Parts: sequence; structure tokens; C-alpha cells
Amino acid sequence: MKAVSFEFHRPASLAEASDVLVRYEGDARVLAGGQSLMPMLNLRLVRPAAIVDLSALAELKAMEVSSTEVSIGALVTHSALEFCQESGVTFDILRYVAGGIAYRGVRNRGTIGGSLAHADPAADWPSCLLALDAKVTISGPDGARQLSIADFILGNFTVALQPGEILTSVHIPLLSAKARWGYYKHTRKVGEFAEAIGCVIDDEARSVYRVVAGAMSTPAVLLSLLAKDTQAVTLDSIRHALGAAAPSVEGRHLHFHAAAVMRALQTGARQ
Amino acid sequence: MIQISLTINGEPLSASVDPRMSLVDFLREKLSLTGTHVGCEHGVCGACTIHIDGVSARSCIALAAACDGRDIRTIEGFDCDERMSAIRAEFSAEHALQCGYCTPGMLMTAYDVTTRFEKLDEAGIRREMSGNLCRCTGYQGIVRAVQNVFAAEAKE
Repeated sequence: MKAVSFEFHRPASLAEASDVLVRYEGDARVLAGGQSLMPMLNLRLVRPAAIVDLSALAELKAMEVSSTEVSIGALVTHSALEFCQESGVTFDILRYVAGGIAYRGVRNRGTIGGSLAHADPAADWPSCLLALDAKVTISGPDGARQLSIADFILGNFTVALQPGEILTSVHIPLLSAKARWGYYKHTRKVGEFAEAIGCVIDDEARSVYRVVAGAMSTPAVLLSLLAKDTQAVTLDSIRHALGAAAPSVEGRHLHFHAAAVMRALQTGARQ
Repeated sequence: MIQISLTINGEPLSASVDPRMSLVDFLREKLSLTGTHVGCEHGVCGACTIHIDGVSARSCIALAAACDGRDIRTIEGFDCDERMSAIRAEFSAEHALQCGYCTPGMLMTAYDVTTRFEKLDEAGIRREMSGNLCRCTGYQGIVRAVQNVFAAEAKE
């Protein structure tokens, strides 16, 4: 199918982008890489009055590494992260996760900010960035603000962006050199959206141990009840922690997602 | 209508496009570059794969209006390309196509894969080509064709 008719704007500055979004009172959609938005437009799942293309905003394409964190511009592509030359454990997991997203042609266009703002529960970045305890910077008519991933993603396909606000960057605290990680996603075919995701970050030097289950009927959750002693973890204890964190996940789904978490532990943090 | 200036197969071009027009429709309907095929129109099948600024992309999920200033290369832009000629020859030799609908996209992806990697095993080729669907061949011939291209380049 073809998309509905809409107006097209390519603002030259963030302020102008916010102005345009405010003017359409929530009826305009932001275009980053378009790898989710364009299919939705073509399928007429979204019928916006306007598209606001951010591609002219060079400041959203930068990546900066400090001694404590990496800031990734919202328009940095999955491909750029997959082939990023930075060294360190943080970039190992980013490279791994980015390289597993969809297909080459999609990774060349799709962006980390677009994926987060779209908040598809089956996408890779929401789960991975929750495990990495990332924050997002949002810019809007009233200035900029920061939110944690948990506060940013309110539900499936629903985020905390207010009218006129745009996600501009993602901030990830750097893992220490001995940190371990595991990422497992279940798909039936290479490149498909995940049916279950498990992600584990074990960074003892920074007292960080975060286990995330994602690609569920709800947004990704942190399994805070799971014991730190990874050798003692069983499928039962994961099921228990998952059931507490995401009560709506039940029955065989609970088992399926617990298995994905277990495989994430087995592939990485449970060596 | 939106005014865009872009490069198509090396030629600079200016055009006025409807905001909702996808890049593949622009190529086929406005420029008569019908070598690029339209399949699923939602980024799944890979038939419309082209190169934007030198890297593969799906032209059904790119807006023509958003391609101002971009360098676009379609299958027609590879007529005299040595590597693409070799890939085409291997596709013929290995019966890597039957109806041919997916072939332009397959060739564009095979070009990207053989350019990007020095060598790939069969599993690697299948993984890299997984974004392009073929409903005729069962992929065996396609994988062999790409394997042959790698093998020929290794000999040189």
C-alpha cells in the first residue's frame, strides 16, 4: 500500500523541529531512519498530518566518549554502532546487539534514537539499554531534560515525549574492564523481531548487576528479585523473578521468556 | 510538492516530488528505472534494495522527499561494473533465479556482501543474504553463486 498524503518538513535546527511539532498538536511524526515509521506509513497504521525529517540535524549524528559514559546521538545508525572502532566492554555489547538488528539494508538506515522513541517491545535497544542503565536526553520547547529508560518507555509504542519534544541522545555509563555481559534473543529467522530477549550486565567493580527480560507483551523489565549468585540461578528462580516484575506474563510465555534470560546468563555472565 | 536535488547513477538530477512518494516509486514511476522491483512495500522482502550513499538500503521504506542531496545507485548503475558482471555471470551459471523478481535486490545485496567481506563461509553468506527473500529457488543456487564470487576473488 501507499502512505496517506502528508506535509513534509526538514527543519534546519532542533528549535525549528520543536516548533513544527507543536504546530501540528501531536499529529506530526518524527522521521529518523524511518525503518519502522515507513512500514507503518505504507501499511497505514499511522496517518500523520506531517512528517518531520530530522536528517538535517548534524548534532544528532555525533558520538562522544568521556571517562564515565558514552553519549550517542539519536540519529547514529545501527550500522555505525556495529562497526564502531571504540574499545571497551560497553562497545562490545553495543556492537553485538547492533549487528543482530534486522538486515544490512535496515541497519544502514535505522537509528538508535528512532528505535527507542518507537518503543517496540520486540526491538533490541529498549531491552539492552535498560540493562545498561542508560538515560535519554529529550529536547523540547521548554528546554532539555533527562530520563532513565524505565521512565522514558511508558508502555508498548508509548514514550514520555510531550508535544514538541524530541529524543536527542542516549547516554550509557561505561562498563569497567572486567564487566561481563550476555545477550540472547530468540527469533525464528535471522533478522526478525525478537520473540524473547534476555540481557545481563554483571559489573562487579561498579556494583552493577542487572538482568532484563524483553520482547514480551509488556515493555522490558528488570528482574530485581533475581539472586546475584549466578551459579545458583535456576529456570524456576528466573520464572519467579519474572512473574513478580511482569505479572501479566503467564503460563508458557513465562517459561519461554525465562529460558531466554537463562541463555543470556549462559552465553555471557555465567561463565 | 517538495523540491529535491540528488544524484542517480552518477547523474545529478532535480525533481519535484509528492511528500508521500517512496524512493522506489520515484525511481520506477518518474525516472522509468524499472530494474528496481517493488515487493512487500514494508521493508521485509529486499526486492527494492538499492545503494544510498554507497551502502545498501531498502528503497520502499525511504521517502524520495527525504533523499535530497543523497547519492543513489540502482541496478542500472552497475551495467559496466566488473564485480557486478561477475556476480551476474555466477547467478546465471548456478540457476540462482527462476522468475527473477527478487534478482535485482539479490544482486545489490550480493554486491554489498562481496565488497564488505573478504571471505564468508556458507552460514555467513546465508546470514548476510537473509534480508532478501526468494520464493522460487530455495536459495541453494544463490548461495553457491555468492560462494563462487568469493572463491574467484580469492584466486586473484
